[in-house]
Amino acid sequence: MPRTHITTVINGDETEFLTEDSTSLLNALRDEVGLTGAKEGCGTGDCGACSILVDDRVNCACLMFAPEADGTVIVTVEGLADSGELHPLQQCFLEGAALQCGICTPGFLMAAKALLDKNPDPTETEIRYALAGNLCRCTGYDKIIRAVQEAAREMRGQ
Amino acid sequence: MKYVAPSSVEEAASLLSSSPSAQVFAGATDVVPQIRAGRPAPDVLVDLKKIKELVALNSDGDKWTVGAATPTAYLTEDDAFSHEFPGLAEAAGLIGSDQIQNRSSLGGNLCNASPAADSVPAMVVNGVRAVVAGPNGTRVLDVSEVVTGPGQTALDDDEFIVEFEIDKMPSRSGDAYLRMIPRTEMDIAVVGAGARVTLADDGSIEQAVLALGAVAPTVVRIPDAEQALVGSTADEETLNAVAAAASEACDPIDDKRGTVEYRKQVAGVLAKRAVVIAIERAEQRNGTN
Amino acid sequence: MAITEENPGYKWVGTRPIRPDGLEKVTGKARFGADLVLPGMLYGKVVRSPHAHARIVSIDTSAAESMEGVKAVITGADFPDLAANGAHPSDIDVANNAIARDKVLYEGHVVAAVAAITREQAEAAAKAVAVTYEVLPHVLTVDEAMADNAPLLHEAMITKGVDPAPEEPSNIASKILHERGDLDQGFGEADAVVEREFSTKPVHQGYIEPHAAVADANSDGRAHIWCSSQGHFQMRAYTATVLGVSPGTLKVTAAEIGGGFGGKTVIYLEPLAVRLSQRAGRPVKLVMDRDEVFRATGPTSGTRIKVKMGVSKDGKITAAEVWMAYEAGAYAGSPVGAAGMTAIACYDIPNFVVEGYDVVCNKPRVAAYRAPGAPMAAFAVESVLDELARNIEMDPIDIRLANAAVEGTQASYGPKFPRIGFVETLEAIKEHPNYTAELGPNQGRGVAAGFWFNAGMMSSATVHVNENGTATVVTGSPDIGGSRQSMALMAAEELGIPYESIKPVVADTETVGFNDVTGGSRVTLATGAAVVDACRLIVEDLRGRAAKTWDVEVDQVEWVDGQAQHVDGAQPPLSLNDLAAKSGRTGGPISANASLNSRGVGAGFSTQLCDVEVDPETGVTRVVRYLTAQDAGRAISPDYVEGQMQGGVVQGIGWALNEEYIHDTEGVMENPSFLDYRMPVASDLPMIDCAIVEVPNPAHPYGVRGVGEVGIVPPMAAVGNAIHDAVDVRMTELPMSPIKVLEALNENDG
Repeated sequence: MPRTHITTVINGDETEFLTEDSTSLLNALRDEVGLTGAKEGCGTGDCGACSILVDDRVNCACLMFAPEADGTVIVTVEGLADSGELHPLQQCFLEGAALQCGICTPGFLMAAKALLDKNPDPTETEIRYALAGNLCRCTGYDKIIRAVQEAAREMRGQ
Repeated sequence: MKYVAPSSVEEAASLLSSSPSAQVFAGATDVVPQIRAGRPAPDVLVDLKKIKELVALNSDGDKWTVGAATPTAYLTEDDAFSHEFPGLAEAAGLIGSDQIQNRSSLGGNLCNASPAADSVPAMVVNGVRAVVAGPNGTRVLDVSEVVTGPGQTALDDDEFIVEFEIDKMPSRSGDAYLRMIPRTEMDIAVVGAGARVTLADDGSIEQAVLALGAVAPTVVRIPDAEQALVGSTADEETLNAVAAAASEACDPIDDKRGTVEYRKQVAGVLAKRAVVIAIERAEQRNGTN
Repeated sequence: MAITEENPGYKWVGTRPIRPDGLEKVTGKARFGADLVLPGMLYGKVVRSPHAHARIVSIDTSAAESMEGVKAVITGADFPDLAANGAHPSDIDVANNAIARDKVLYEGHVVAAVAAITREQAEAAAKAVAVTYEVLPHVLTVDEAMADNAPLLHEAMITKGVDPAPEEPSNIASKILHERGDLDQGFGEADAVVEREFSTKPVHQGYIEPHAAVADANSDGRAHIWCSSQGHFQMRAYTATVLGVSPGTLKVTAAEIGGGFGGKTVIYLEPLAVRLSQRAGRPVKLVMDRDEVFRATGPTSGTRIKVKMGVSKDGKITAAEVWMAYEAGAYAGSPVGAAGMTAIACYDIPNFVVEGYDVVCNKPRVAAYRAPGAPMAAFAVESVLDELARNIEMDPIDIRLANAAVEGTQASYGPKFPRIGFVETLEAIKEHPNYTAELGPNQGRGVAAGFWFNAGMMSSATVHVNENGTATVVTGSPDIGGSRQSMALMAAEELGIPYESIKPVVADTETVGFNDVTGGSRVTLATGAAVVDACRLIVEDLRGRAAKTWDVEVDQVEWVDGQAQHVDGAQPPLSLNDLAAKSGRTGGPISANASLNSRGVGAGFSTQLCDVEVDPETGVTRVVRYLTAQDAGRAISPDYVEGQMQGGVVQGIGWALNEEYIHDTEGVMENPSFLDYRMPVASDLPMIDCAIVEVPNPAHPYGVRGVGEVGIVPPMAAVGNAIHDAVDVRMTELPMSPIKVLEALNENDG
C-alpha cells in the first residue's frame, strides 16, 4: 500500500514523514521521525505517557492516526527546553525529585505545560484533576504535584 | 485501512455511501481502543474534524448548535455554555482526561452507543436534537431516539450526525449530571444520572426530566420520578420516591464494573442528588440568564 | 524527619541534589526498553493462548511463514526440551513459561512468535499462526485448585514440605509451617479472641513501561540483548538456560527501566527475541502491548487467609493462628514462604502456628511484587489486631507498642533481631499532628504496621578516577528509582569530592562484575557497600601515592576532604586532582574493584496512619489524609527514600480500594487495560506525608536499610481499619470497592 506523505511542524521545525494510514501518530513520531521521548504505556489513551501538544492542546499521540497530524504544529518533550535551557517544569521536576523511573515523565511534563499555559495559578485539586490522565506508578504523585506547584510559582514570577 | 478527511458534509456523505465498511470518526478515543482490542478496522476511516461546521459551538438567541465533532473541551471552556448548561457541560467534561477532552465529542460519545456514555443522559434531559446527514439530505432526531441498544444506533450505515441543537435554557431552570465511578477520574460510569427541572413562581417544580445511564441497554427516563416531582418542592419524601422510582427504572447487568444490586441502589442515590443540584441551579437562574 | 542518631557530619550523604540521570529523563533523551532502533531491525509479535488450560495439538506456521515481510516464525519446538535433558525443575518452569511446549496453562501463555519487516506485517503473521488446542478443564482460585478431584496443571506435582510425602499429585506445590509455644494455652490466657477469614485478588505491579527487548544474534552463536529489567545478569542467566547456551555467549545491556516493582526480575521476551534474531539473521525488537502485560506477566497472588488471635486485657498478644493459601499461577513459586515468615514478624508472640500453601492455578505465573507475599498477610493480621484493640478499648498504637519486636526479640521466623526501628516508627506516628487531626463526618482513622526482611545478595562495583580528579562509579544494578544518586552520594562522601564530580554508570554484563537483581530493596545497601569498598581501596591507593610523592610512610598520610594531607602538615596537601594528573608517575591509572556478598541486611518496618471518608450511600472510599513512618536506617538520598515510601503507599491504596484481576468463567481476563484495572490517579489521592525514621543498620558503613518494599505492607489494613472507624463495617475482602463496602453497609443496616 502506498504510504501517505505528512507535513507538520514538530518542535519548531518543518518535518515531513511517510506513514501507513493505520499507524498511530505515536508510532510515526517514534519510528519515522525518531523522537522517542513520548512513550507507549497502554495504546488506549489511559496512561498519558504519550502526551504531546498538537496545535497547543494536549493529546495522547497513541489515539491519533498519523495522517491526522498533517498541517498541525506539534510539540513533544524534546521541544520543551528552549535551546538547551530547561523549561521551569523540567527544572522543578529535577529539583523536586518528581520522577523515579522516568517513563511517565515526558507525558506529565506535556500535560502540566498544557495546564499552566491556560491556568497559571491552579489549585492542588485542579492540578490533580488536570493530571489525572497521566499514570505514575512510582511516586504516588506527591512530588509531581509539588513540582508543578513550584513551576507555576516560578512562571508567575513569584 | 485508508484515512480520508473530507472538507464538506456532502463529500463525507458520498464517501460513506461509496464504501460499505467506511466509518466516520471524530476523536477516535473509542475507535482506536476498539481496533486494538480486536474489532476489525474499517476499510475507510472518514475524519470529520476537517469539516468546519462540525467543529463549532454557536448560540443564535433561540438555541445552541454544537458541531458533532467539536471537542468536549470546547464546551467546558465556553463560559456562556457551561453557565447555561452546567450539567451538560459537566457530563461532557467527565469523558476521560484532559487529553481525551481535546478529542472526544458529543457525536462520538452518542454514536459509540455505550450504555454508559456520560453525555447522553445530560443531553436527553435537556431535549437535545441531533441533525443527521445522509445521501438524501438531513433529518432531525431526538438524542433519546439515536441509540437503540449497546453499539446500535438508529442511523443508517451512510448517515452521520452533523450537529446538535439545544434550545436555550428557560428561566428558573437548571440541569445536573452525576456519575458514580470507583476512582475520581478515568473510569466508565457504573451509574450516571441526569436531571433537569423548571420551577414555578411559587418555588414548586413545574417540570422535571430525569434520565439514567449505565443501568440499561440504553439511557432510560424515569417517568414515575418525574411525576412525583412535578408540583412538589422536592421534600424528603418526594426525593425518596424519586430514588425508589430510579432504582425501579433500572434494567442493569452484572459485569466487571458493577452488579445489578449496586447499580439499582446507587441509581436512586444519584437521581436524588442530581435533582437537588438541578433545583439549586434553577433557583439561581431568575430572568433569562 | 525523625532522627534517632545525629548525622555524624556527613557532607553529601543525606542531601538532596539533582539526580545524575535526571536531565535525560526530563528531556526525552533517556532510552528505555522500546526506544532502541538498530539498522535492519525487524519487529516481532508473540502468539498467545486464548485458553486458560489446553493441550497444544498442533501448530501450523506455514501460512505465516509465507506472508509478505515475514522473516522468522518460532514455536516451543525451536527451544531445547529441558525436561528431556534432566534440567532442574525450576529451570524447566522458567523455560515452559517463556514458551509453551505441550500444554498452555493460562490465557496469554506464549505458543509462538514471529518477526517481520514492519509491525503491521508481524501482527498479521501472528494472527496467521494456526494453533489447534484440546481445551482442558481449568482452576482459577486456590479454592478450586485445592478441591478434591480438581483438574491438575502438573500431573506429577507432589506437595513438598509434607511428611510423609503425599502419594497422589495435587495442585498444592508446597506447604510451610512455623510454630512456637502452645496455641491452646495461649488462647486460654486471652481475654479477647478474634477470628476472621480474608481473601485478596491477584494484583499487578502496574509499571507504566511494557516489557521490551531487542536482540541481535550473530551466526557464531553470540547475541547481544538490550532490555529493561531489574537485573541484566539475571536476564542473561535465564535466557541462556532457556536457549541451552553458555551465559558467556550472551551480552545484556540494561536499558533505562520504566518501573518494575519486582515484575521485571523474570524473563518473558528475551529468549524469543534471540531465537527470532538467529532465525532471521537480523536484529529483532519485541514489545508487549498493555493487554499482554496484564494477561501474561506479573501479577502477585490472590489469596485466602484465616487469622485467629487472642490478647490479654493489657494488650499482650497471647496466641496467633494463621492459615494461608497463595495462588502461584501456572507454576510453583507463590510468595507464601515470605508471607509465612512476615505475617506476625512485627510482634513478640509466645504461642503461634503459621501454616501456608503454595497452590498452582490457571492464571499467569506470579512474579515478585514489592515485599512479595507480605501485604496480604499483613492485611489479615493487622485487621484482626485492630479489632482486638477495639474489643479491649486500647489505642491502636499502644497495642502495637505492647507487642513490638525489638532488638533481641526472637523473630517469628527464627533469628533474633539485631537493632531495629519498629518502635520508633510507632512513636513517630503518635507524635505526628495527623494522629490527632480532627475528623469530619463519615471520616475514620486507621493504623497498620508492616515488616520486610530486605535482601542483601551479591554486588560488584568499579571506581575509576579520571585524569582531572573526577570519578566514574560503575555498577551492574539497574537504577529503578534513583539508586545512581545514592551511589554518587556515598562515593562523594568517601572520596571527599563534590557529588557533581561523580558519574555513576550502570554497565552491561561484560563491563562490570556480577550483580544480583535490583530487588529486595538491596541496591543502596549491597551495591552501595561495594561502591564504598571500592572507594576505600581508591583512598588507600591515593594515600600510598601521596606517601611515595612525599617520600614518607603511608601512615603519615591522611585522606581529608578530597586531599592527601600530611599528619604534621609537613607537606602541602595533594588534591585528588593533583594525584590524578600525576598518576602516570605514581603507578598508573587509579582504579579499584570491589565485589561482595552482602554482610548483613537491616530489616525494615513501617507504620502508617490513614484517614478516609466513606460515602455511606454509594460505598465510595476516598483517602483524605495519609502518613507513613518508615525506618530507613540512614536515608542516603532522602528525596528518593520518600519517593519509595510514597510510591509503596499509593500502590497499597490501589490494592486496598480498586485493583484486582477479573476473570470470566473460561479463565479469560476481563480487565486487561488501565481503564478497567484501576490504579490510583492523581485526583484520587492527598499528599502522602512521610516521617523518615533513622535507626542505623549496624552492618552497613552508613547504616542503610532497604527502603523499597516495606511501605506497601501496611496500607490495605490501614485503609480497612479506617473504613471500620468511619462507618463501622469490617472489610475482609480486597479490593474494598464501593460495591463491597455498600454491601457491607447494607448488611449492617439490615
